[in-house]
Amino acid sequence: MRYQTDRQRVEGLGSAKDGTTEWWKQRLGAVALVPLVILFIFPLMRSIGADFDTVRATYAHPVNALVAILFFITIMSHLRQGLQEVIVDYVHGKALLTIALLANTMFTGMIGVTGVFSIAKIALGG
Amino acid sequence: MADVNRGNRPLSPHLSVYRPLWTMVLSITHRITGVGMALSLTMITWWFLALAVNETYFDVANAVMTSVVGGFILIVSLWGLSFHFCNGIRHLFWDTGTGLELETAYKSGLAVMAGSVVLTVIGVLVVRGVI
Repeated sequence: MRYQTDRQRVEGLGSAKDGTTEWWKQRLGAVALVPLVILFIFPLMRSIGADFDTVRATYAHPVNALVAILFFITIMSHLRQGLQEVIVDYVHGKALLTIALLANTMFTGMIGVTGVFSIAKIALGG
Repeated sequence: MADVNRGNRPLSPHLSVYRPLWTMVLSITHRITGVGMALSLTMITWWFLALAVNETYFDVANAVMTSVVGGFILIVSLWGLSFHFCNGIRHLFWDTGTGLELETAYKSGLAVMAGSVVLTVIGVLVVRGVI
């Protein structure tokens, strides 16, 4: 039995005050990653063990570069959301939890920006 | 009434007293593979950074990636990715409200495990240049 009226539930948007926004963003990223992972992994697998010039040429190609950039942007939030779920489940104590969540955002942000910047530099001929 | 034991109470569910169920094993594997891939993605991102820097630095990153330890990490990650990919799709189906019956969830779990092995084998063949 619900003790809240429908109007209250909609206006309050739950205890986090953003309703299903985070849930929906997580699913959006997950769906986007289905094709992106496939498109990203094939040139990557071909590149492992190849020489410098070959790999540079691979990622200088606009299609490979775009796929890799889209992958890094999408994985950045997917990774942050996933690790955040694990952190809130296993890390206890307000101080430790806050530190872990901040570290998570910084770490995943660094991964994403490093990936995007590196690919962009290669693709734009730096 | 004062709860003197606040914060120090046993947590439910007591996971350790259950015989591990198939769906439980798949659920925790999804988490483990996700966290594990954070580590291998760090290595791969470093490899991309090295590629953007210069050939000398790239050769170092490439040597690490193709070393015995690096290769082991990559092949385990390939299985991790294959599993997380298949099981992630299973989760997306669940989000639509389908496949939640216990019997179906067990069967889809088997399909995920089989699919992860198949994708890993395909991946290894691609890396080796066979396909």
